[in-house]
Amino acid sequence: MCGIVGLFLKDKTLEPHLGEMLAEMLVTMTDRGPDSAGIAIYGKNSKGRTKITLQSDNPDQDFGTLPEELDQIFGGSFSLKRKDTHAVLEVASDVVKTARQTLQTIRPGVRVMSVGDTIEIYKEVGLPKDVAARFELDKMQGTHGIGHTRMATESAVTTMGAHPFSTGSDQCLVHNGSLSNHNSLRRRLRQDGMTFETENDTEVAAAYLSWKMQHGSTLDQALESGLDDLDGFYTFVVGTKDGFGVVRDPIACKPAVMAETDRYVAFGTEYRALVNLPDIENARVWEPEPAHVYFWSH
Amino acid sequence: MQTFDLASEGLRKLNQTLHAQNANTNQTEWNIVNPKGSHAIAVGLDAPISVTVNGSTGYYCAGMNQQADVHIKGSAGPGVAENMISGSVIVDGDASQYAGATGHGGLLVIKGNASSRCGISMKGIDIVVGGNVGHMSAFMAQSGNLVVCGDAGDALGDSLYEARLFVRGKVKSLGADCIEKEMRPEHLKILADLLERAGIDSKPEEFRRYGSARQLYNFHVDNAAAY
Repeated sequence: MCGIVGLFLKDKTLEPHLGEMLAEMLVTMTDRGPDSAGIAIYGKNSKGRTKITLQSDNPDQDFGTLPEELDQIFGGSFSLKRKDTHAVLEVASDVVKTARQTLQTIRPGVRVMSVGDTIEIYKEVGLPKDVAARFELDKMQGTHGIGHTRMATESAVTTMGAHPFSTGSDQCLVHNGSLSNHNSLRRRLRQDGMTFETENDTEVAAAYLSWKMQHGSTLDQALESGLDDLDGFYTFVVGTKDGFGVVRDPIACKPAVMAETDRYVAFGTEYRALVNLPDIENARVWEPEPAHVYFWSH
Repeated sequence: MQTFDLASEGLRKLNQTLHAQNANTNQTEWNIVNPKGSHAIAVGLDAPISVTVNGSTGYYCAGMNQQADVHIKGSAGPGVAENMISGSVIVDGDASQYAGATGHGGLLVIKGNASSRCGISMKGIDIVVGGNVGHMSAFMAQSGNLVVCGDAGDALGDSLYEARLFVRGKVKSLGADCIEKEMRPEHLKILADLLERAGIDSKPEEFRRYGSARQLYNFHVDNAAAY
């Protein structure tokens, strides 16, 4: 099962309500994925600054004095905004790489959920309504966002097994379905230097896309290649800095509904997730074609 | 006319109320409001009643229908009118995958498009689609008629038995053992009747007919090595 929701705003006046709208959509998909939930939200971009979203099982201990410690090492410019088990660390863009290396040394238990100018990823185990409340999703603002509710089939119910998965700077992936060749593909990608945190099939798809893009593919080219290389059932939604994309496997068993008005483009695994969006009665509602890559961007 | 608000009264009560109707009921007209994409609306009906659903539905709307006429004033999620026995189901918008799957009888009309696997394993139902159908439509269809006024996707009629397929537009590809067949006067008559009953204004002469080559569904000794 699993549920996916996505919302891409065309009308700027809706941006303060993005989190609120997305939270409602996410909770509607609880029946499809009560194990865990996650969201990727694309918010404000501060010039010259990069956001690193972190997760820790011991957030008090790990996040308490983290910005001060990093400031001491790098000489200022770090800020940290904590949300439950997650925290968004803002750093000067030119020190992202070294800051991540330092983080690995001084906070080995901290996991990086996402890196980018605007993306923040939050995900945890639990009912979608509880996860949304813990991260105060309804208060979040932004231009677009993706949410996922998980019913695990391929691997354990853990924070790191929840979606979205980061695929690169300002990019993420969520998945409804199951991949059957993830073990062999993981082995191949490991040989080529990709690293994995879980036994999860979607993490392999995310790593596959990252790997393709490291080798010169654009995101849509990587998704096109995925149609040949990823075996199994999937509806993928990918988030990018400017928007989001949708692709379904050629058999297209996994449901997907899109809706578009002058004010937004919305994705839902089921139409139920979209029913309370503004003016949905007059939206163009359709089912995305199989094996076809769709993109919406600002 | 009985009006039922699904948002306030709930699905279980709706279906129990509709199941309580029998051949002698005086409550023959039902209007369901606030469907909001809910699943399993008006399933398992077995009475000569008319049910109008005011909005779009989720999975399995009007499944296992007998006798009732169900009209969805919106689009339908996966499995609309699945395993219909008799009566009719009309969808004003589009239908998601496997519309009319395994249906034994009755008429399913989809005024918009139907997505993949429309009429999969149909066993006597008549399905009329105003727009296009997706891939693998009429897969293993055994009997009945599938009429497509638009185009058909890949692998139409794969492993087909004796259902008749009529397509006005393009067929992206035919499935295994599905071939184009001659349109004879008796087929034009069937088609004209179905289009009229569906309220769709198309000329039967514009359609092509497809059916089974009958090479696949019997054991064929020459193919023994392939089994």
